[in-house]
Amino acid sequence: MGVVKGDQMILNIGPQHPSTHGVLRLEVMTDGEIVSEIRPHLGYLHRCFEKHSENVTYEQVIPFTDRCDYLAAMNSNFGYVVAMEELMEIKVPERVDYIRVIMGELNRIASHLLALGVYGLDIGAFTPFLYMLRDRERILDMFEYTCGARLLYNYMWVGGVSHDLPKDFQKICIGFLDYFEPQIEEYNNLLTYNKIFVERTADVGVIPADVAVSYGVTGPNLRGSGVKWDVRKDEPYSIYDRFDFEVPLGDGHFGTLGDCFDRYWVRMLEIKESVRILRQALKDIPGGDVHQMLPKKIRPPKGSVYRRTESPRGDLGYYIMSDGTPTPYRVKMRSPAFTALSVLDEVSRGWMISDVIAILGSLDIVLGEIDR
Amino acid sequence: MTSAEIKAAIESQFPGTIVEREDLADHQVELKGDQWLDIATFLKNDPNLSFDQLECLTGVDTGEEGPLETRYNLHSMEHRHKIEVIISHDRENPKVGSIEQLWRIGDWFERETYDMYGIVYEGHRDMRRILCPDDWEGWPLRKDYEGQESYHGIVVPKMKEEDGWE
Amino acid sequence: MTVDMLIDWFATIGDFPILSFLLAVIISGVPLFLVMALNAMVAVYVERKVSAFMMDRIGPMGQGPGLHAGKWGLLQTAADAVKLLVKEDTVPETSDKFLFKMAPYIIFVGAFLGLAAVPFSSVLQVADFNVGVFYIIAVGSIGVIGIVMAGWASNNKWSLYGAMRSAAQIISYEIPAGLSIIVPIMMAGTMNLQEMIHFQEGNVWGILPNWIIFNNPFTFIAFFIFFISAVAETNRTPFDIPEAESELVAGWMTEYSGFRWAVFFLSEYANMLVVSGLAVAGFLGGWQSPIPGMFDTGAWGLFWFMGKLIFLIFVMMWFRWTFPRLRVDQLMHVCWKVFIPIAMFNIFGVGIWKLIFG
Repeated sequence: MGVVKGDQMILNIGPQHPSTHGVLRLEVMTDGEIVSEIRPHLGYLHRCFEKHSENVTYEQVIPFTDRCDYLAAMNSNFGYVVAMEELMEIKVPERVDYIRVIMGELNRIASHLLALGVYGLDIGAFTPFLYMLRDRERILDMFEYTCGARLLYNYMWVGGVSHDLPKDFQKICIGFLDYFEPQIEEYNNLLTYNKIFVERTADVGVIPADVAVSYGVTGPNLRGSGVKWDVRKDEPYSIYDRFDFEVPLGDGHFGTLGDCFDRYWVRMLEIKESVRILRQALKDIPGGDVHQMLPKKIRPPKGSVYRRTESPRGDLGYYIMSDGTPTPYRVKMRSPAFTALSVLDEVSRGWMISDVIAILGSLDIVLGEIDR
Repeated sequence: MTSAEIKAAIESQFPGTIVEREDLADHQVELKGDQWLDIATFLKNDPNLSFDQLECLTGVDTGEEGPLETRYNLHSMEHRHKIEVIISHDRENPKVGSIEQLWRIGDWFERETYDMYGIVYEGHRDMRRILCPDDWEGWPLRKDYEGQESYHGIVVPKMKEEDGWE
Repeated sequence: MTVDMLIDWFATIGDFPILSFLLAVIISGVPLFLVMALNAMVAVYVERKVSAFMMDRIGPMGQGPGLHAGKWGLLQTAADAVKLLVKEDTVPETSDKFLFKMAPYIIFVGAFLGLAAVPFSSVLQVADFNVGVFYIIAVGSIGVIGIVMAGWASNNKWSLYGAMRSAAQIISYEIPAGLSIIVPIMMAGTMNLQEMIHFQEGNVWGILPNWIIFNNPFTFIAFFIFFISAVAETNRTPFDIPEAESELVAGWMTEYSGFRWAVFFLSEYANMLVVSGLAVAGFLGGWQSPIPGMFDTGAWGLFWFMGKLIFLIFVMMWFRWTFPRLRVDQLMHVCWKVFIPIAMFNIFGVGIWKLIFG
């Protein structure tokens, strides 16, 4: 289990933690303020998602996926639905694809805003948190307008979506994007280029690229270390190959490549790229019936599929095994935050306790997804 | 490299380890578990294969009389090819070599599969439960799992087939 | 000042020196305590409103007396005070009970003593010491004892961390504060606060008031060093690492609830008032009017002093809601490697300036 030396102190961060990542217990062995080992204790939010999904039908699994990563519920739905459609070989209408991309990217912006705001809050800056949440509220209002729910949607179904977009959704969304783009400059002025913030995050918690790949870190965390891997570009799903967008990489902006500031910086740039995708999608969206290809009864052929999609936290993968009945045989969710948390121990050795908070915030974990 | 070439490479290096099965897809291959650690090292270090990312590690319970399985999804960042390796375990005493030293995420993935299925990964430095409490009894994701009656005095509710929760 | 005046007045009535001293002290001390309490109430309300407006919200609001919290939430602090008074007084089982209960009062004493020497106007000052500046700086250190007692007695690792950090921070930042306040002492030639303010009357080139901050570039820098070190002394963001909410729950105050916690907050706001008062008196001309020659009689002095004080307290609140917090070693680095050399260089520069320009 590990031996604690005589002059070391064991400190418990959590499970009730002021930084709103969820219910996580970190057992930190410290020597004064310097950390020598961290042991995370998980399972406080384990709700037996995988066991439940073996007892309900394929459609009934979708609300469960919402509740795993509750900050990016649209993307969780998206991943499951893409995997199912690959298993059943369904081709959805084009309008459905566009709607899914729009919703996925809006949720990506919302999730990143929360991640960055909470990160600022962890470092001590109270005001950017409220500004970012104010803008996130407008996105949640748009979701509520479309499907009636603010946070957990059950929106994307196998073969389609649950509700079509309202008539003036396009106008509202473009209005939001026009309002939102200058706000990013305000966040940069307030938090990103603030000298104190840079001092707290640059050179702290460097994840080298090979360590990141070995630990299975994906998404903005991996791109912050300089590795160019984005599922939307490298294993494209839905209609992402039609859009023109870039994949931002960390570049050691203010410090070493792969430090906390790089991961923060990548997320900030990804918000801008999502805005680009949204504008293109809103311009080209075709008409059509979204409920056209919904299967009457979901009974996939026997077999298994593993498909990953890009959620705001990284590679969200679903391993679905079917045995020909309407109930899944095995559903496994490969959650990006689970792998991101596994690298915390290795990266935080030798740093101070305040830095552990900074590193944890930069990894952007959601306990619902880790514990499922 | 295509899946057929990858399987051929494995066959040529470790003859006799591939198990023939008809119900697998093209990208899946079942291997015998006794040389798994060596095969995994070969898959990671060989320059033509270089599977440096372990995407997902799934445990599967194939039914009452069948074996337990561990399915490894491997991916190569460099060559952009993937393979899925399936290893079957005996139900009474499931174990296989641990690959946590090769792909460091194997540490937590294997702990989770141990927690849920009871598959022991030999050579793992810290084999204990990760999601359930340390003194939980039983392997929850197995098909024949019966929950314990109570845990430290708290009654564990059971799901009945006919009339829902107790 | 008021103590002296009261003693002289009692002397005209009769000859009872000890009793007259005690009476004078008590009669001057009670309004001071009321000032402290009133300051805390108003400052808490202002902080909540100011922070709300900065964050694009509106803060506590109400619709009238009796409905929620008064119009614009004016009675909110009164409601909070009542709530804190009736809250259950928890003392942790495993704590050192005597130290735990004593700690808030020691911090309170430190703040209260400092408040006695702040020159609110030319006559409104409880005690006009000959060594006023020195006294305030000295008495400000008493608070550290209280903080360490609170952290230790709580028997809680988080509180201990917070208390140790706070002790290191306050003791370190007293040095640049003290070095910077030497600059007005050098300029005015005295440590007496009233005489220092009298030194700053008149004007320069007809329009600029003769405040020490405008005197020469070294005093200008000295003001900023002093003000920032003062913010660090009061444990406010960006130096609020001892009570860093997201890391240490509430730092050294974690185990305190109810009235004891209210005493901590009272002392924190009183501390803010004391150091701002010292900055105003030393650098910004005290109760002198900024427009020399006009509005400088009688009660105008109090008005100008309060105006400048409120402005500095507002700037402190502004800091809190804008900047993230520094890490402990960065804090120490800024203090020892940046502020102290600059402060020492300032003293040297002011000396040379006075030598050359008189």
